[in-house]
Amino acid sequence: MHSHDFQIPIGPQHPALKEPESFLLTMHGEKITSMTVRLGYNHRGIEKACEAQSYIQDIYLIERVCGICSHSHATCFIQAIEEIAGLAVPKRALYIRTLIAELERVHSHLLWLGVAGHEIGFDTLLMYTWRDREVVMDILALLTGNRVNYSMNTIGGVRRDITAEQKQEILKATDTLEERTKYYIQIATEETTIIKRLSGVGMLLYDDAVNLGAVGPTARASGVDRDIRRDDPYAAYGELKFNVITDKHCDVYGRAVVRVLELMESYKIIRQVLADMPEGPITVKAPRKIPAGEALSRYEAPRGEDVHYVKANGTDRPERVKVRAPTLANVQVVAHMLKDRYLADMPIVIAAIDPCFSCTDRLTSLRDSDSGSKNYMTWPALRSYSIEWHRKQGIDFSDLNKKFKVPGN
Amino acid sequence: MANVLFNILIFPGFLFASVFSLTAEYVDRKLCAKLQNRVGPPWYQPLADFIKLLAKEDIVPQQADSTIFTLMPSIAFTATLTAFFCIPLWQTQSVYPFSSDLIVVLYLLTIPTLTFFLGGWYARSVFSMIGAARAIIQLFAYEIPLFLSILAPAMLAGTLSLSEMTVFYSHHPWLVLLNLMNFAIALVALLGKLEKTPFDIPEAETEIVAGTFTEYSGRLLAFFRIAIDMEMVAGSSLLAAVFLPFGFNLGPALGFILYLAKVLFVVALLSLARTIFARLRIDQMINLCWKYIAPAAFLLLVVDLIVKGFIVK
Repeated sequence: MHSHDFQIPIGPQHPALKEPESFLLTMHGEKITSMTVRLGYNHRGIEKACEAQSYIQDIYLIERVCGICSHSHATCFIQAIEEIAGLAVPKRALYIRTLIAELERVHSHLLWLGVAGHEIGFDTLLMYTWRDREVVMDILALLTGNRVNYSMNTIGGVRRDITAEQKQEILKATDTLEERTKYYIQIATEETTIIKRLSGVGMLLYDDAVNLGAVGPTARASGVDRDIRRDDPYAAYGELKFNVITDKHCDVYGRAVVRVLELMESYKIIRQVLADMPEGPITVKAPRKIPAGEALSRYEAPRGEDVHYVKANGTDRPERVKVRAPTLANVQVVAHMLKDRYLADMPIVIAAIDPCFSCTDRLTSLRDSDSGSKNYMTWPALRSYSIEWHRKQGIDFSDLNKKFKVPGN
Repeated sequence: MANVLFNILIFPGFLFASVFSLTAEYVDRKLCAKLQNRVGPPWYQPLADFIKLLAKEDIVPQQADSTIFTLMPSIAFTATLTAFFCIPLWQTQSVYPFSSDLIVVLYLLTIPTLTFFLGGWYARSVFSMIGAARAIIQLFAYEIPLFLSILAPAMLAGTLSLSEMTVFYSHHPWLVLLNLMNFAIALVALLGKLEKTPFDIPEAETEIVAGTFTEYSGRLLAFFRIAIDMEMVAGSSLLAAVFLPFGFNLGPALGFILYLAKVLFVVALLSLARTIFARLRIDQMINLCWKYIAPAAFLLLVVDLIVKGFIVK
């Protein structure tokens, strides 16, 4: 480290981050010379918890991996189970899943556009896009009864049907959103300060995107023509016509362009789904116990490729569930994109991968962040430390030991 | 003596300046909200914020230089308040006019930025130190265009006294049109001075938390905030006096209302800029100021000199 260099901690708590995550930047003046990412502040142990619950319960747990792409994770998980169980999901259910998936993409991309605006100090864009996002949120609430965790999926189909009146509502909302999106495309391509702040920032060339394994809009903005919806069709995507948006800018500006143009594709898909949706049942009966087997399921979430692996052992509980959320694939490229950039670019470059840290956080081992030692307190040690600490404050909890059995002792 | 006390404490001093500053903050916030499709705060929100901050605990960081850290908000407040006495508000004379008071006003309006720098620097936190450095870098970028853009009308009037300038322009109202471009430049520079978007670089929330003010809390922050509001009103009053010098002979009541309208017009222009731009990077800001705005200000100065040589005798 150069003598004039200094370190600046971005996170775990920082206004630029919506979730706790730690980025330690080494700065030379206003320039970033290196960056280290530390994950793990938001780890909730969902994969492990899935093993202790039945498949049906797991759906609702998996849905809470991510607040924004809840449908993505649930669908991805259920596709794996359905593959193991060999269920033939009714076509109407697949169409409804696709519809919810695209509405979710619309809401996720509009949310991103607002966050991106906020990160570059353009709060007007945030206010406008989040206002318009309410339109799609209302539609999602109308269809599923909920704004974020839709719980639309069940093993073998979906839980709610879509009526003709709801279709009309969706079409009306889609028209409104399309018109607004055109306005945002105009803003993104014409407003000088936005272009100044976005173009040339966070460069990720084609080769780097491929080597570092970027996914989703981040990769597509670097010219990597990859989209699971087209390459490995699931749900009803095999029967729908849409374009995969790519861009050659390779920077944050390209990522913004890809996302706003993807919005237009989503509206196209929503209209097709509503027009082509076949009649019929929305679910088949699924067995409570899933036969032994394993499956890997891929899904194009708004942020990129989502991968779920499920291993079944013939009981009503999975033996192993593994989630690879898109942010885990994309977070590696952030350090690369930030090298030798300005501090002012940091928020937008991090935001440009549309990070979802709660999806990403994994735990391999516990480590003290200061000393690096792997010793950590056991539950009984932590408990006695707490009792001792409170006793020093004048509060005595030692009576509780007599009333309750202390775990571990 | 009573007159002096009235001037200092009531009008245009402490009471009027504070109330007007809070009103201007309300107008700024409400207008901004309306432009951003939000509801915006109620009229008493700035005052409520101020009172709330006064009630909060003052925290001085352990590693900070506590003297400078606690002194800076009051210096910023005093400097901007003092500027009010030398700016002509609703008549051609300011409260305490003297020759070359223009220079004093510009100097007084520079002091808040210096206090932001010192306060942030001596807070000794990474974020506030970066904010402080940015504030001082930004100062060098916008001060020159601001001074030049105000110097040009002063040269045209042939005086450095604000009161004499307003008298001159009341007699030559058409010459005001010549200074419209200067007005635009001064507005841009004022945005930089007030650290408002697109020049809110020293307190860029998403990068350096609150920049200079990261470590400030309670009363100290309250006084910094009201000092910034007051700087906004004083800066706008200066711009109104220099670039919108009309209607000074309407008498106290109408003249006063016209003065309020002029200042709120300038504040409205500032809020408009705040809503339609994204924040620039510090290097882009320096580039903008030195490559385009400062040369333009120089050019306009030359234009004013030529006009003065040929037309105004």
